[in-house]
Amino acid sequence: MAAQDNSSTDGVGPGRPGARLSRRIFLAGSTGLAGSIVAAQAAADSLADVPPRAPGADLGAHSERSKYVRIDRIPEAGPGMRNVDPDNAINAKTPHQQLFGTITPTDLHYERSHAGVPDIDPAQHRLLIHGMVDKPLVLNVDDLKAMPSVSRVVFIECTGNGWENWRKADPDLTVQHTHGLISTNEWTGVSLRFLVDLVGKQRGSNWMLAEGGDGAGVDRSIPLTEEILDEAFVAYGQNGEPLRPAHGFPMRLIMPGFEGNLHIKWLRRLKFGDQPWMTRWETARYTQLLPSGKARQFQLRMETNSVITSPSGTMKIRPGYNRVSGFAWSGHGSIARVEISTDGAKSWKVAQLNHPVLPKAQTRFQIDWVWDGKPTRIVSRSTDDKGNTQPDRSHFIAQNGTNALFHYSAQQTWSIDEAGRVSNVLA
Amino acid sequence: MSSPSKLVAGLALAVSMGAPALAYDFGRPATPDEVKLWDIDVRPDGKGLPEGSGTVAEGKHLFEDNCAACHGENGQGGIKDRLVGGQGTLMSDKPVKTVGSYWPYATTLFDYIQRAMPYPSPGSLSADETYALTAYLLNLNGIVAADGKLDEASLPKVKMPNRDGFVPDEAFDPARLFRRN
Repeated sequence: MAAQDNSSTDGVGPGRPGARLSRRIFLAGSTGLAGSIVAAQAAADSLADVPPRAPGADLGAHSERSKYVRIDRIPEAGPGMRNVDPDNAINAKTPHQQLFGTITPTDLHYERSHAGVPDIDPAQHRLLIHGMVDKPLVLNVDDLKAMPSVSRVVFIECTGNGWENWRKADPDLTVQHTHGLISTNEWTGVSLRFLVDLVGKQRGSNWMLAEGGDGAGVDRSIPLTEEILDEAFVAYGQNGEPLRPAHGFPMRLIMPGFEGNLHIKWLRRLKFGDQPWMTRWETARYTQLLPSGKARQFQLRMETNSVITSPSGTMKIRPGYNRVSGFAWSGHGSIARVEISTDGAKSWKVAQLNHPVLPKAQTRFQIDWVWDGKPTRIVSRSTDDKGNTQPDRSHFIAQNGTNALFHYSAQQTWSIDEAGRVSNVLA
Repeated sequence: MSSPSKLVAGLALAVSMGAPALAYDFGRPATPDEVKLWDIDVRPDGKGLPEGSGTVAEGKHLFEDNCAACHGENGQGGIKDRLVGGQGTLMSDKPVKTVGSYWPYATTLFDYIQRAMPYPSPGSLSADETYALTAYLLNLNGIVAADGKLDEASLPKVKMPNRDGFVPDEAFDPARLFRRN
């Protein structure tokens, strides 16, 4: 089983009632990366070392994470600019190497905010819907809650996800660094089609400007295709509770399968029109510069993608049985198949998909593997139910060049050396 | 006893009668005056631009007072986005994407300054000041003359150097997406 440097297993030791400080525990606690594997075993090497049962702490209004679990997002200022002052952070990445299943804990959902997190009193928040409509409306969050609701588990992915590896692979990166800008939550809200029918969208009004109530007033033009009218919704709920401020409280747009930037947070305006507005974010920002010098615009859908989370960058494995696990996702639909190679993409095996396999949501995969102790490379590739297969790096770069900055979706390869150390490589 | 066709007609009637009454059960109508307060977006054809004007010279002073701390003197070398230069670099290994080298529409610059800048107090600049800053930044990029001035009529006519530098994703090409009739 793989372990890595900030796993939850250290922190057992002196000071706990009943814990006996053995030399072994002390050694394990004082070592770093490699020590955490040892610590997990040494801390209760004999059942006699397991502390006796005792009455526990009082029940509280909230249940907190165990003090033995250290699990954090990583604030980042740009590719390679990590653990920066909160002042300078533009995003915070999800620690996929420490998570299970498919639902991201709410406080660990990745975040990209363009002008910080606004402090919005829902009693004073309004959503204006206007433009080419028959009946412009002002709604508050209670109005939305009174409407028929939809709930859906969907991934949201920043178009910058993967941007660390466009040109080179820093061997010290974890999967949190390389793929921490995607998360999956259950969101609850009101169907866009319901709102469109409510205000009476006029003929020829095929585009919608969605604008946030943050300092930057982030806004995007959204084409009102049948798919988007069917699937988009204005959410007020996140994993069963009101949205967290970092994720758009009190209301945000959810655009299943599309660029994270389109899921406008702190939503305060929907305006209908007959053409895109060409906002800063859809021209100067989230456009992909190609080798020709031209930039691809309105690449709105997120690609078919996957990544192995265990073992992954900076972990260490032992020869013998290892379970290879990770997750796949596609903005086109559901994941149909994930294949794993443990010999550097020479041969492939089909991985097991764990239920549920939901469209436009993270899907967990796993496969058994016996490592013979020789250096090798492991890699995953996914195929969705529309037949799209995740490209290998050489094909991906041939098509996109190395200047695009956004929408990186090439297969992720992890290298394993003779000592079992796992590191980030390009292919 | 009603026939199936009568039943369908009856349902259709109920839906069409129900819809208008339903609408204002949620929220309230937006008044034209309040819509004006929030209706700030500007399109490439100039729709949404407010009345006003500003000169390059006025913009230079405004930039020094409000923008240079983050974007650097003359829009380069600051801690935040570089705004000037970079033309001719988009095919290189180190593309420099600025207003002058990358942005396809001058109206987007006006819109973005108006909605998002200056960072600590977005929305605090007047329309005239926003025209002036837009003019100054375009002047620094060699697009507007040093004695230039912009207003709601002239701004949409500014041709940006990288206007033709974008290719739409085939799936969401605005020129083709809804052209089925």
